[in-house]
Amino acid sequence: MTGDPAARNGAGRNDGSPHPAPGRGGRRRDQAIALGWLVLIWLLLWGDLSWGNLLGGLVVGVAVLVFFPLPPVTFGGRLRLGALLVLVATFAAELVSASVRVAGLAVRPGCRPRSAIVAVRLRVRTDLNLALTAEVISLVPGTLILEVDRDQGVLYVHVFDVRDPEDLAESRNRILTVERRIVRAIGSADEVRQLQTESVDRRSHP
Amino acid sequence: MTAVADWLGAACLLAGALLGLAAGIGVLRFPDVLDRMHAATKPQVLGVLLLLLGLALRLRTPADLGMIALVGVFQLATAPVAAQMVGRAAYRSGRVNRALLDTDELADR
Repeated sequence: MTGDPAARNGAGRNDGSPHPAPGRGGRRRDQAIALGWLVLIWLLLWGDLSWGNLLGGLVVGVAVLVFFPLPPVTFGGRLRLGALLVLVATFAAELVSASVRVAGLAVRPGCRPRSAIVAVRLRVRTDLNLALTAEVISLVPGTLILEVDRDQGVLYVHVFDVRDPEDLAESRNRILTVERRIVRAIGSADEVRQLQTESVDRRSHP
Repeated sequence: MTAVADWLGAACLLAGALLGLAAGIGVLRFPDVLDRMHAATKPQVLGVLLLLLGLALRLRTPADLGMIALVGVFQLATAPVAAQMVGRAAYRSGRVNRALLDTDELADR
């Protein structure tokens, strides 16, 4: 076990898996960014910008970071505006179509939908990518995250309203498409390359 | 201009309320916990977002818009997590109707 606290946070995952242990400076930077977001939320909650609110936000933000520490999630990639727009636009469209579909199923008389649970192995195994992909696929048509295997990078997904095996394959592809959109929007160049090299041989169940 | 915003806001409020109603019906009618979670995430989240959009179009003051944006962001961030927690608890405690599942790749883990 190393003495570096940042490395210990990633204990057991230093076996070449893509969880880079951030250095001390990186951790400080992550915390500063988190503090900035917390202060912004605090200001939005109060609804106006004043020195008192700013100070209160800083105090509360520091308290949250000190008393409720989270495992570090370092943003290692970079934002690509075009891909981000694609991600947001397709997400909005899919949220609408998913909602309409589920709402339609809910009010259709005599409907007994069948479902299935599938395992999908993601290609980019960082915590950030796992979390974002899980969030997005819970809000797009037919899929709901059920269980996450963080070390293996596998999402167990409940697929709703399955009619035939093609539906399952299609859902699997849709999940990988969501992952690709997310990585293209915010992933690092390395992760994007990972997508391209592994997209061919990832058809079968892990 | 304000009349258009008011009408759009009203339409959003109505659509959001209808989606919320459909989500409620789905939660009541779907046969299994996991199916119900689908109803509790997608139409419900979009319903709340539409209600918020409607509110934003009616209120139009910066302080309210900030609060509305916060509610929307937290709704998007928390609803899937809550659904996952409920679904996972149901699965682990065996309260899932396996007769409704075509395949279950979580079982052979």
